Amino acid sequence: MKLQWDLFVAFLRVGLLGYGGGPASIPLVYKEAVDRYKWMEAEEFGDIIALGNALPGPIITKLAGYVGYRVGGILGMINSLIASVLPTVILMIVLLKSLSSIKQFDWVGGMVAAVIPVVGVMLAQMTWTFLSNASKGLGWLVTIFMLGIIFFILHIFSVHPAIVIVTLLIMALVQKDKQSVQKKNEGKVS
Amino acid sequence: MIYWQIFLAFFIPGILGYGGGPASIPLVEHEVVDRYKWLTVEEFSEVLAIGNSLPGPIATKLAGFIGYEVGGVVGSIVAIFANVAPSLILMIVLLGILLKYKNSPKVKRLTLYVRPVIAVLLGVMAFEFFSSSYSGIGLWQTIIIAVVSWLLMEKFKVHPAFVILAAFVYGGFFLA
Repeated sequence: MKLQWDLFVAFLRVGLLGYGGGPASIPLVYKEAVDRYKWMEAEEFGDIIALGNALPGPIITKLAGYVGYRVGGILGMINSLIASVLPTVILMIVLLKSLSSIKQFDWVGGMVAAVIPVVGVMLAQMTWTFLSNASKGLGWLVTIFMLGIIFFILHIFSVHPAIVIVTLLIMALVQKDKQSVQKKNEGKVS
Repeated sequence: MIYWQIFLAFFIPGILGYGGGPASIPLVEHEVVDRYKWLTVEEFSEVLAIGNSLPGPIATKLAGFIGYEVGGVVGSIVAIFANVAPSLILMIVLLGILLKYKNSPKVKRLTLYVRPVIAVLLGVMAFEFFSSSYSGIGLWQTIIIAVVSWLLMEKFKVHPAFVILAAFVYGGFFLA
């Protein structure tokens, strides 16, 4: 019960505070799932984002649904989805039904404007986490090299990220294992 | 019958909307305005404008509201389900397979290879947020808010929720 409540609160916060669309809420999900409740490691979260980016549909419901499922089963999944989606949908229906336009309120614009740099900082922090994780596994030199190439492919040639991710996934799966003998031994032990 | 149409109208953008919520907006518009004529272009842009000034994912807000307009509460639920479920199920199945072979060297390598891509995607997103903030509220406001929020989160370990709420208050008073 405690767990379901935690999931609900975590994704309620994500849904209510995630200004600027789905991508802006990614660091919020990270804070909740990895930093605060420790439901998973940063590495696993990275896998989820990678796969989430390679699959269609809104990113935030994929994250909420998957994290909820992974931690609390089907109930957790439904719970997290409702928490992340429902409050703002209700807010939207109520507002559109009662006010004809909220755009005229300057202070709403001001609130949104002030949050944008905060989201920028959170994204930058996450970027740093993933960079230092990548360099632990690949070494700084390879990491920087890969960053350059990936940046070029994504932004100079405008290739869709899904294609890059899927290509890298296939490369990782097809590549022959160097230490296959060693792995076999490890398998016997475990 | 109307529920089947609602389902299709939000299922297709959900499946084809690569690149998250914002990428599926034109697809939703195509279904809702051009195909089923539930809303006019003006009404759609009004809904979109309000949706953008509210928190939370945009795709589900659109689905929830338009579904409600067309088919009431049931319509709303059908629309959100159609938008969210297919890719979520795919995600659970694929990550399930991945977790099962977590210790295989192939899967470990997979995780490793993907990290730089995530870093680039996040880094570019961070840059876009800063640059849109720069053109919106100027250099100094951006720097001040960024530095203060970084200090609060990184040095004083304040939960981001409070930092965002503080930013709302600040923006509501000083940036309006």
